[in-house]
Amino acid sequence: MIQKKSPEEARKSFDLIFHDLTRSLRVKDELSRFWLFILIMFCIVGVWAWGYQIKEGLGITGMRDYVSWGMYISNFVFFVAVSLIGLLISSIMHLLKIHWAQPISRVAEQVAIAAVGLAGLIIVMDMGRPDRFLNVFLHGRFASPIIWDVTVITTYLFISLLLFYLPLIPDLALMRDRLKGKIPEIQYKIYKILAIGYRGNAQQFKIIYHSLRTLMLLIIPVGLAIHTVTSWLFAATLRPGWDTTIFGPYFVAGAFVAGTAAVIQVMYVYRVRYKLKNYFNDEVFDRMGKTLVFVCLVYLYFNINEFLVPGYKMKTAEGIHLTELFIGKSAPIFWFTQIGGLVLPILLLLVRYFRKPFPLTVIALVTLVASWFKRYIIVVPTLEHPFLPIQNVPEHFAHYSPTNPEITITLFAFFAALLIVTALAKLFPVITIWEYAEHHGVDKKIMFNEYEN
Amino acid sequence: MNKTNSRRNFLRMAGLTVTSSGIAASTAFLSSCNRIEAVDGEKIKLLTSSGELVEVDRTSLTPAEIPSLTENQKRGRSGLPGRKWVMVIDLARCRNARKCMEACQAHHQLRPEQHHMNVLQMKDAENTAPYYMPKPCMHCDNPPCTKVCPVNATFKREDGIVLIDNERCIGCRFCIAACPYSARVFNWLEPRDSDKYVGVTYNIEANVPQKKGTISKCLFSADRLRDGKLPSCVSACPNSVYWFGDQNEDAVTNGTTGETVSFSNLIRDNAGYTLLEELGTKPRVYYLPPKGRAFPYQGDVHTS
Repeated sequence: MIQKKSPEEARKSFDLIFHDLTRSLRVKDELSRFWLFILIMFCIVGVWAWGYQIKEGLGITGMRDYVSWGMYISNFVFFVAVSLIGLLISSIMHLLKIHWAQPISRVAEQVAIAAVGLAGLIIVMDMGRPDRFLNVFLHGRFASPIIWDVTVITTYLFISLLLFYLPLIPDLALMRDRLKGKIPEIQYKIYKILAIGYRGNAQQFKIIYHSLRTLMLLIIPVGLAIHTVTSWLFAATLRPGWDTTIFGPYFVAGAFVAGTAAVIQVMYVYRVRYKLKNYFNDEVFDRMGKTLVFVCLVYLYFNINEFLVPGYKMKTAEGIHLTELFIGKSAPIFWFTQIGGLVLPILLLLVRYFRKPFPLTVIALVTLVASWFKRYIIVVPTLEHPFLPIQNVPEHFAHYSPTNPEITITLFAFFAALLIVTALAKLFPVITIWEYAEHHGVDKKIMFNEYEN
Repeated sequence: MNKTNSRRNFLRMAGLTVTSSGIAASTAFLSSCNRIEAVDGEKIKLLTSSGELVEVDRTSLTPAEIPSLTENQKRGRSGLPGRKWVMVIDLARCRNARKCMEACQAHHQLRPEQHHMNVLQMKDAENTAPYYMPKPCMHCDNPPCTKVCPVNATFKREDGIVLIDNERCIGCRFCIAACPYSARVFNWLEPRDSDKYVGVTYNIEANVPQKKGTISKCLFSADRLRDGKLPSCVSACPNSVYWFGDQNEDAVTNGTTGETVSFSNLIRDNAGYTLLEELGTKPRVYYLPPKGRAFPYQGDVHTS
């Protein structure tokens, strides 16, 4: 795979790689501006809706005393799930030396940072008293799974930021040295500061390499913990549908499905927008398609366990819940998540044609949407069936239906996440330049030669 | 006059010291809100603890002893020493009069759809007669709700009561998800009559004033227990449904008749049970089965 090139060849090929991979920083056309405008506008509307919610109270949502967790918590679980892809691609696949995954590790980290950052924000938006957020630290009670969640999510965010930043340092140094005068002064300054004096010598590289290895190992337990603990927010209760022991691995498996599908979307956009056909090539998409099949199969296995075993027994309370899912009011969403989110990708992606970039992206989009509804189907129906009857309250207490401000705030999370991903793509190369070049026969000495002699 | 002045000065000095100490600043502010300002001969409107609006002549007013917020929260957390409160609900006697619900909502500043005490229509099986079941908080000895609270805003006291500190609650609603009895309510909107309670010091044992964005639930009227009274619902019942007392004394008193009997005998002789016993929550509220459902049952039964 790595063939040695002559210095001349290597230099030429590196110039091309550098040019291609910094294209995302230079693209400033109407479409980019329009996209940014849309994102920012929706974010402002979302923040305004949140302000309205703070003023009026959570009563402006569709949630009430029985269904007291709704779209926000579903969205929170979804974003935590998506963020787990950072762990799979940029840590596990790296440590296992799976080379085809190398060009997408930065995409995975972008998605992870945006998702986990938004997950943290969504949970504050769901609070009745966001002004008392600091109580979590002042009066934190370590027996509560929420405190575990706050702890691991914060840790995961910081490790993800470092896993994004450390491999970026040599790239920043390259941009600092090669792009002077070609980019706005302020952008150049940012690169210069962030490159923290990296010169490409062996010792500096060794520090980065070892720190990265440590972080890649460290993020494995933390990553598994964030989604396991998130699942315990439900599994720690006595309610039918949540009161199960497989929620931890069930959620982790589902997270890889959502994350893989999300990364495929971003990859496809970069491939088309930044003309990176040779980088996010058909092979990478093909492999990602196979990865999606694999994680879907694992998730399907957990779904069979989760629904078939209690469905076989139909214990009283569990039976009411499952009947509701299988043939009741929630059945359309339930079967959409099972078929659109699991059966469909597994069957279609076994065919080589569907693993080509465009068909794969469409299938993965369906899977991603199904993944969101999957969280909704985990959170809401269980709350609609408490142990004791719902009485002496208005009719709408018994059935959850989200309101417009609630949907606006939920959409805000998506636009804000896309805004973070867009900003990262506009500021930094979407593929690790030095690593990619090295894999294609360019020696690090050649990349940094101008400064070593 | 002189005496008043010196007291005033003393209070002012004390106030200054407290304020400068910083920690209790908010307390001083809140207790100052309780002082009643009025012109001579004027009648003053007051809101009683049972939620009634009354008029009182200014001259007949004496300053009430209201503990400061921090003191209130502190004693509210420890509970009444040596007590283990317990409630017995006799389902055979409930006729759905709903006086308990009304008294409760008035006492705890609840909106019509908020229930600390909720009388449910129950029907256990296809071939059994329906019955009414008043449902307060079970004040479990193994409470699922306090376990999950991230900020210790809901807690189990020494005397068995599960209480809420709505000055600390962050409104995450994890306790609602955790409670299998649906005993908890949330202030989704501005609480009932919130404008009437402006400046009233928070009484943790009644959870009044209620606050938007925080949790509320049945507290066994802990403020009334401190004053040696029975809980609002127990006192309000016209049909002798409720027995309330101290398990350490093994005695429960009927809220309607005032009769006091042995708690363990009552439970044993009438086959008393607790709700959803299999969940292991160990409730402090016991039910006596709805035997001899002689009264005509009115209304439709909803057992969804």
